[in-house]
Amino acid sequence: MSVPLNYYIVLSMVLFALGIAGVTTRRNPILIFMSIELMLNAVNLSLIAFGRYLGDAGGQMLTIFVMAVAAAEVSVGLGILIAIFRTKDNVDVDVLNGLKG
Amino acid sequence: MTLQSILSGQGLMFLFFAAAAIASGLLVVILQNPLRAALSLVINLFSVAGLYLSLNAYFLATVQVIVYAGAIMVLFLFVIMLLNMGQANMHTSYRGVRTVAAFASAIGLGGLMSAVAIKGQAAVMLPAETMVSGSTAGSVEGVGKVLYNPSLPWLFAFEWTSFLLLVAVIGAVVLAGKRQQSSEGKA
Repeated sequence: MSVPLNYYIVLSMVLFALGIAGVTTRRNPILIFMSIELMLNAVNLSLIAFGRYLGDAGGQMLTIFVMAVAAAEVSVGLGILIAIFRTKDNVDVDVLNGLKG
Repeated sequence: MTLQSILSGQGLMFLFFAAAAIASGLLVVILQNPLRAALSLVINLFSVAGLYLSLNAYFLATVQVIVYAGAIMVLFLFVIMLLNMGQANMHTSYRGVRTVAAFASAIGLGGLMSAVAIKGQAAVMLPAETMVSGSTAGSVEGVGKVLYNPSLPWLFAFEWTSFLLLVAVIGAVVLAGKRQQSSEGKA
């Protein structure tokens, strides 16, 4: 009478793979950040699904912490982006090679 | 999934929100305009909130809409408009890089899926709703009872999350704030 756990896990994988594809093909750092958010959401979904199917409330707790870390990461990352834009006028990740990486 | 399970409430919710999540996630990855990609991401976050609802995580679905679709996406849109990236022509990456990236994510996805197909148990079905000392695990009460329970590990991590957010706030202000006296003061 219900959806098996595997369906949620496969959906979470598909979303995660979409995020990987976004991070590797995009050149705009904002879009890379959004793809990272996509991946974090995929992981959150699998955490909640596992927690629900195993009868453990810990999955939801981990999701709360992932959300907090994601918020912190986005605020710092966008701050770095603004700082770069102030000096460079261009935020293409192919052009930003100041660290010679 | 049998027809019966598809027609149950959870099955319908799963099908609808999973289709919406995959479609909008695909749009996030392929749309050229950053604003449109951001709005697709909002739809994606709403769909994932719907999936949380189908898993009885009521409080987290609300937090997902308020924090992700509300606060974080407003931050994204704000920066996109501030940096005037509305129709920025970022040159897209080279064709070879794209092919490699597509292969890499496809191989990763295929590997994970085959792992689930081999090791996963198809018969893990939905148990009765988890209860935490008398209240549903997904409700505000249930989440609070687990999160703020001193005998469980979550309370310690929760306290340190406040420190993490403080560091993030200071970091964002330092990075994005104006530096007028830094040229005279620090140099």
